[in-house]
Amino acid sequence: MSRKSPPRRKNWTWRSQALRGLVYQFFAIGAVALGVWWLAGNTMHNMQVRGIQSGFDFLARPAGFDIGESLYAFDSNHPYWQAFLVGLTNTLRVAVIGIILTTVLGVLLGVGRFSRNALVRGLCYAYVEFFRNVPVLLQLLMWYVFFTEALPAAAQAWTLGPLFLSKGGLSFPIPVWETGHLWGLYGLIAGAALAFAYRRWAFRRFEATGRPRSLFWVPLGLLFAMGALGWATGGAPAHFVVPVRGEFAIEEGGSLTPEFMAVLLGLSIYTAAFVAEVVRAGIQSVARGQGEAAAAIGLSQTQSMRLVQLPQALRVIIPPLTNQYLNLTKNSSLAVAIGYPDVVSIANTALNQTGRAVECIAIVMLVYLTTSLATSIFMNWYNVRAAIKER
Amino acid sequence: MKFSTMRLAAAAFTGMGVLLAGPAQAGKTLDAVKARGQIVCGVSTGLAGFSQADSNGKWSGLDVDVCRALAAALFNDPEKVKYVPLSAPQRFTALQSGEVDVLPRNTTFTLTRDASLGLSATVVNYYDGQGFMVPVKTKLKSAKQLKGQTVCVQSGTTTEKNLADFSKANNLNIKPVVFDKLEAANAAYFSGRCVAYTTDASGLASIRAKEAKDPKEHLVLPDLISKEPLGPMVRRGDDEWFAIVKWVMYGMLEAEEYGVTQANVDQMKASSADPVVMRLLGGGNEDTGKLLGLDKDWMTRAIKAVGNYGESFERNVGAKSAVNLPRGLNNLWNKGGLMYAYPIR
Amino acid sequence: MNATTFEPVAARPAPVRTAGAAGWIRTNLFGDWKTGLMTLLAGGALLYVLPQVFGWAVLRAVWLPDYNACRVEGVGACWGVVAEKYRFIIFGRYPYEEQWRPLVATVLMLCLLAASCTRAFWRPWLVLIWVAILAAFFALMYGNVFGLSRIETDRWGGLPLTILLASLSITLAFPIAVAVALGRRSGLPAIRAFCTIYVELIRGVPLISVLFMASFMFPLFMPEGFSIDVLIRVLAGITLFAAAYLAEVIRGGLQAIPKGQLEAAATLGLSYWQTQIKIVLPQALAMVVPSIMNNFIGLFKDTSLVTIVSLYELTGALSLAINSDANWRPFKLEGYLFIAMIYFTFCFLMSRYSLWIEKQVNKGKAR
Repeated sequence: MSRKSPPRRKNWTWRSQALRGLVYQFFAIGAVALGVWWLAGNTMHNMQVRGIQSGFDFLARPAGFDIGESLYAFDSNHPYWQAFLVGLTNTLRVAVIGIILTTVLGVLLGVGRFSRNALVRGLCYAYVEFFRNVPVLLQLLMWYVFFTEALPAAAQAWTLGPLFLSKGGLSFPIPVWETGHLWGLYGLIAGAALAFAYRRWAFRRFEATGRPRSLFWVPLGLLFAMGALGWATGGAPAHFVVPVRGEFAIEEGGSLTPEFMAVLLGLSIYTAAFVAEVVRAGIQSVARGQGEAAAAIGLSQTQSMRLVQLPQALRVIIPPLTNQYLNLTKNSSLAVAIGYPDVVSIANTALNQTGRAVECIAIVMLVYLTTSLATSIFMNWYNVRAAIKER
Repeated sequence: MKFSTMRLAAAAFTGMGVLLAGPAQAGKTLDAVKARGQIVCGVSTGLAGFSQADSNGKWSGLDVDVCRALAAALFNDPEKVKYVPLSAPQRFTALQSGEVDVLPRNTTFTLTRDASLGLSATVVNYYDGQGFMVPVKTKLKSAKQLKGQTVCVQSGTTTEKNLADFSKANNLNIKPVVFDKLEAANAAYFSGRCVAYTTDASGLASIRAKEAKDPKEHLVLPDLISKEPLGPMVRRGDDEWFAIVKWVMYGMLEAEEYGVTQANVDQMKASSADPVVMRLLGGGNEDTGKLLGLDKDWMTRAIKAVGNYGESFERNVGAKSAVNLPRGLNNLWNKGGLMYAYPIR
Repeated sequence: MNATTFEPVAARPAPVRTAGAAGWIRTNLFGDWKTGLMTLLAGGALLYVLPQVFGWAVLRAVWLPDYNACRVEGVGACWGVVAEKYRFIIFGRYPYEEQWRPLVATVLMLCLLAASCTRAFWRPWLVLIWVAILAAFFALMYGNVFGLSRIETDRWGGLPLTILLASLSITLAFPIAVAVALGRRSGLPAIRAFCTIYVELIRGVPLISVLFMASFMFPLFMPEGFSIDVLIRVLAGITLFAAAYLAEVIRGGLQAIPKGQLEAAATLGLSYWQTQIKIVLPQALAMVVPSIMNNFIGLFKDTSLVTIVSLYELTGALSLAINSDANWRPFKLEGYLFIAMIYFTFCFLMSRYSLWIEKQVNKGKAR
């Protein structure tokens, strides 16, 4: 007699879980669909009644307005989608540089909370407590006021060598592009390849002999040495466009506008306070024994932090750190309050010139959703890399 | 067994929407305004002479007078207006979406706005042109000297586009610094962030008079780079409401042309033999208001509340006001200006 | 064999004193040469900067509301701007004679918040107090009852608006967040999908675009002629935004509940709702109270964004007060510092409270 398993069949009575689950879901889908249909219907009706045109066709039409700063030449004849692109690059410029700055500052501050020096500990604590308890918008506005009210007019700009700092922003010399620079670029590429090869070799030697070799300074030196070599081969071109004091403004040369600097500094300094807390929590999560063991085998405190504690803390740090990066990117939308032409600001202008409110807001949301998603994916990839390799 | 309150919430939300939607859908703007007992008027966030609130929250200005006249014509009370201050990027969506009934917000009439934004231009209440303001100490004499300079401008305005055209036409490579709020743009200009400030000449005069620490330190350059017919806009697709706004404004112009003022309106109504005045003020037995869905005394009340166009102009932006603008183009057609009312009959 | 003589190792020096002020300074400031150098550098920088800041902010500052005195060369901070404008900064455009109303309303609200943070008040009747005080808040602010004149919401501003937006939106967001968090862990795929989409969509976009949506576009979604006050719309926007973040926090708490708890509840024959309400939520919520508190701090700071959609809360009221007055415009920084201090005070106190409550929560877990 073989053992029969109990019949696997679903019980479709009114008291069954399965059926009720289906009914609930049916209602949920129905309600959401009805809600969306109702909202969309209203919107369509409203737009039709008022003769508001809709659609994304406006993106191909000429924008008709100029943009104060952009990474590539934008002209008022260019279409709207290019204006949005300029806005996007401006947003990304702030986000990427901001993320780098905030990471460096945040990690220093977070590690500083564990310093043996009470003064350093205290300063880091004061920094974190002050900057994270004041709204970021207020900080941006304060930086902007500082740049536009406290700094001198262009005619009395503060100078440091070829650098000028005034209400008009920070002006600095930029090199004139010559073919020699291309050689420099080739040199850098060769240097990068060489540095990579050296690192692999050094790693293998380390695995084989146990003698540590420099994995940072030597490759870095190689990179720059090769770059300099290439540049010298190209004839060492060293012509710069140096900013000069114009009648009302510092002219020529490269410049960072006060809007850009205010957004960048405000966001980095604010987010660094949070990153510092994330780093601190991460380091605290590493068992005390790890630090003691590192001390016992004779590592200095710096080495113990760099080689033992931080790598382990990284696993705890990365997920919340990702959140902070996303926050920084999203907060860059506050740039609209101080006149930096980020994507929200461009969308506002486009919205007004074309009246396509729904479309413009949709583009903004899409941009941020995509950026958030991309950052998450990258950080997840890094998280997998940083996770403990268990055998 | 598993259950979600999402379902409840969504159902309740939809149900609530259906309930609320019922009575509201009946309304054209006029009915809605009458039911509300108040006109909702979209104005600027503060431009002296056109629409500005004093410290008690009382609004005044040339644009505000349009709202007051409308409220007087409709409700016999110029105070029955709710003012919604709007920044430039907010204003059209606010009007399109029905948040405000009328938008007298020194807004330029253009083809795009008229044809594709779901808006209708009513009557121009100020003929203007775009100008530039610079600090006197820059010693600039013409806008064409602004090569490569920064100019502060408010976003989402015709000004922004005109500036781009002007810069392109004269090969000036002007760098705009764009703010979404008038106050932010003002503050940036006065802090010295920009070499020049550009907006409608009337706006510049107003900002110079009211916002500058010392108006003498700032100069409005003589160049006018565009035509800016400013006036109230209404939503497209509501002809009754459009007509009311239009004819109240024409009524104010007609009143000036025929010498009807705030002071003499009652007397004129009682004693004037001029058939035009009688039609305007409902003195005879011709009821012009009825055709608009109003009553006979609509214009009498409006003029009693704000005066005729000329009075409103002089009080708010004219030579005796702080803004101190000449009448110029905004004079009546028979006095060398462009203001020409269609006949009220 | 060599005779070896015992040679004692030389005695180590006595350990340095680590107790007392001198000891503390030695270990914490001059432990080794690196620390010492750092102390000298940081201390030197502080000694250089602090007197200057102190001189600017206190010694050379102008305290009287006299803008001519502020423009004298070599004068420090101009706190006169605060002395002159503080009523406007704190209460916004609310009518001057009626400003006692927002004052009383704010004090009531702050007392309510303080009470809610005190253990003695964690009783069911706290909800009733909330309802009563919120009603009183609105009655005071809006008026139109008890002989108070009506003040439209567009005149509301300053600190009362900040506190109203922050506390009301977190309160309203809480039930939504609990529902969404449960929904994301529900076994029903449709409901799980909706909740996930909602949370990820909101968390993916900046608050400012949600606010734009609420303040400009919401009326377009509604039937013709239907309008809601802009304050309510913005409040709804912030609430929906906060709910998504709060839902993730609560979900974290839910995930930390061991499966055994659920199985035990099922064994006892508890239904889904009984399990959630009696077993899961009390444990999960207690666990995430500190995170909820941090969320609230974030929300409190984020209310400053409504100034971009032209509601004049603390930040907006300050801009309104100072941008429109040419005499005081150059001293905006002092105004900003003033409201920064207000924000800081609130947020700092709340973060201290959050630490305290974290300790309270962990007390139960200590064995």
